[in-house]
Amino acid sequence: MDMQGGVVINDSAVPDDKKTDGADNIVIEMQHIKKAFGTKVVLADVSMKLKKGENLVVLGRSGSGKSVAIKCIVRLLDTDGGSLKVFDKEVQDLSDEQLKDLRVRVGFLFQSGALYDSMTVGENLAFPLIRVLKLKDTAEIEKRVADVLTSVGLLEAIDKMPSDLSGGMRKRIGLARTLILNPEIILYDEPTTGLDPITSQEISELMLSLQKKYQTSAIIITHDMACAKITADRILVLDEGKFVAEGSYDELQNSKDESVRAFFK
Amino acid sequence: MSQPVWRRGAEEVGNQVFFMGGFFRNIFRTGFEWNEFLRQAFIVGYKSLPLVGITGFILGFVLTLQSVPTMKEFGAESYVPSMVAISVIREIGPVIIALICAGKIASSMGAELGSMKVTEQIDAMEVSGANPLQFLVVPRVLACIFMIPLLTLMADGLALVGGFLGSNIGNKISALSYFNKAFSSLAFSDIVPAVIKTIFFGFAIGFVGCYKGYNSDRGTESVGLAANSAVVNASLWIIVLDAFAVQITNIVVYN
Repeated sequence: MDMQGGVVINDSAVPDDKKTDGADNIVIEMQHIKKAFGTKVVLADVSMKLKKGENLVVLGRSGSGKSVAIKCIVRLLDTDGGSLKVFDKEVQDLSDEQLKDLRVRVGFLFQSGALYDSMTVGENLAFPLIRVLKLKDTAEIEKRVADVLTSVGLLEAIDKMPSDLSGGMRKRIGLARTLILNPEIILYDEPTTGLDPITSQEISELMLSLQKKYQTSAIIITHDMACAKITADRILVLDEGKFVAEGSYDELQNSKDESVRAFFK
Repeated sequence: MSQPVWRRGAEEVGNQVFFMGGFFRNIFRTGFEWNEFLRQAFIVGYKSLPLVGITGFILGFVLTLQSVPTMKEFGAESYVPSMVAISVIREIGPVIIALICAGKIASSMGAELGSMKVTEQIDAMEVSGANPLQFLVVPRVLACIFMIPLLTLMADGLALVGGFLGSNIGNKISALSYFNKAFSSLAFSDIVPAVIKTIFFGFAIGFVGCYKGYNSDRGTESVGLAANSAVVNASLWIIVLDAFAVQITNIVVYN
C-alpha cells in the first residue's frame, strides 16, 4: 500500500499477474506534479504510478486536468513542479534527443485521432517510419503499414483520405499510427468520445486486445464508463487537480464517496 | 489582470526570434524534405501564376495610361516606356506582388498550420518523435524564398507587356521600339537589388504565415485570427523591409 497525492494507492486493484514490488516494473511515476496556466491551477498535487503491462484509467470531470497530466508525460506541456519519471528518467531533464527517444517508446492517441489531413491513411502510417525510424526500404514500410492496418481491421482504407473516414475509423487509424512505432506505453486521450455505444465498445475491445498482443502499458483518459469497465485494471479519479479515489471498477462503483459513485450512474 | 503591452510585445519578439532560430537550425539538419519542398513550391509558385500574372499586366497597363497625359504635357511621352520599366522593376512590381502574395500565401499558410494546431496534428507529429518544424515550416518558407522572386520577375515582364498595350491606345508604337526604350533604360543595378529584396519579401511571407499558424491558439476562431494576423503582419514586414532595402540600395548602388 502506498500513499500518493492524498489517495491510498492499493495494489489489490491490480490483477495478480501484474502485481510487482520492484521499482523496475514502474514505467511512469509522478510525484507531487503541479501545473498551472496563469493563475488557474490545473494540477495541484498529482502523484501516481503506472506498472508495466497495466491499464490505468483516469476518470474526472471536464477541465479536471486529465489531458494536461498525460501531456506532461510526453512533455507536450512542461510541469511547474514535482517529479515525473518515465522509464526511470526525469522527463524535464531530458535533452532533445533523449526526449525524441522517449516519445518513440510512448505512443499518444489524441481525442480526434489527429490524422494528417493532407495525406492518405497509408502515408499517415508511413510518416513516423520514414521520419522517426528513418526507414528507406519501401517494401518494409509497406509491410509494416499493412500489418498494423490489419491489426486494427482497416486494411481496405489504406488509400483513403482522413476526410473520407468515419469517427470510429479515424480513431482506429490513429491507434494504428500510434502502434506502428511499437511503443511500450500508450496514452489514450478520450479514445471513445463522440462515438456511438457500439463503436465505442469495439474501440475499447480493440484497445484491450492490442494491449495483450503488443504487451503495452496504458493510461486511458475517459468519461466513458463502458470503456473503463472493459479496459481498466485500475481506476484513478481526478478532481480539482488531485487524485481523490483509486480502485478497481467494482470497488469505485460501490465507493462511499457520493462524488465518485456519480461517475457510475 | 492582463499583461502590459510592452511585455506582450517583448514576448512576441522573443518568440519570433526563437522560432526563426528553429527554422535556420532545421534547414541544415539531415533529412531535408525535398518532396514537401517541391509540393510547396508548386502551391506557392504555380498556383499563384494567374493572380500574379493578371496583377502584373494590369499594373503596367494602368501605370502607362495614368502617366501618358502628364508626360504629354511636358513633351516627354517618349520616356513612358523607360519610366514604366524603371518604376515597375525597381519598386512597384516587387512591393505590389509581395503584398498580393502576402494576402494569398501567408493567409493560407496561417490557416493551414492553424487548423493543424487546432486538430492536434502538430502535437501528434511532435509526440511521435518527428520534427514538425522540419516538415512543415522549412519547406514552406524556402518555397516562398525561391518562388516569390520568380513570380515577381514574371509579373515585371507582364507589366512591360501591359505598358506596351497601354501605350498603343491612341498612339502607335512598335513592340521593338517600346521594349528597346524600356530595356535600354535598365541596368543591372536596377534588377539585382530588386531581386534581392524579393528574396527577403519571400522569407517574410513564408515565415510570418508559418509562425502565426504554428503558434495559433486552440479553438476554431484562432484559425481565422491566425490567417488574418499573418496577412497583416507579413504586409507590415514587407513595407518595413522595403524601406530598409531602398536606403541600403541608395547607399550601396547609387552613391
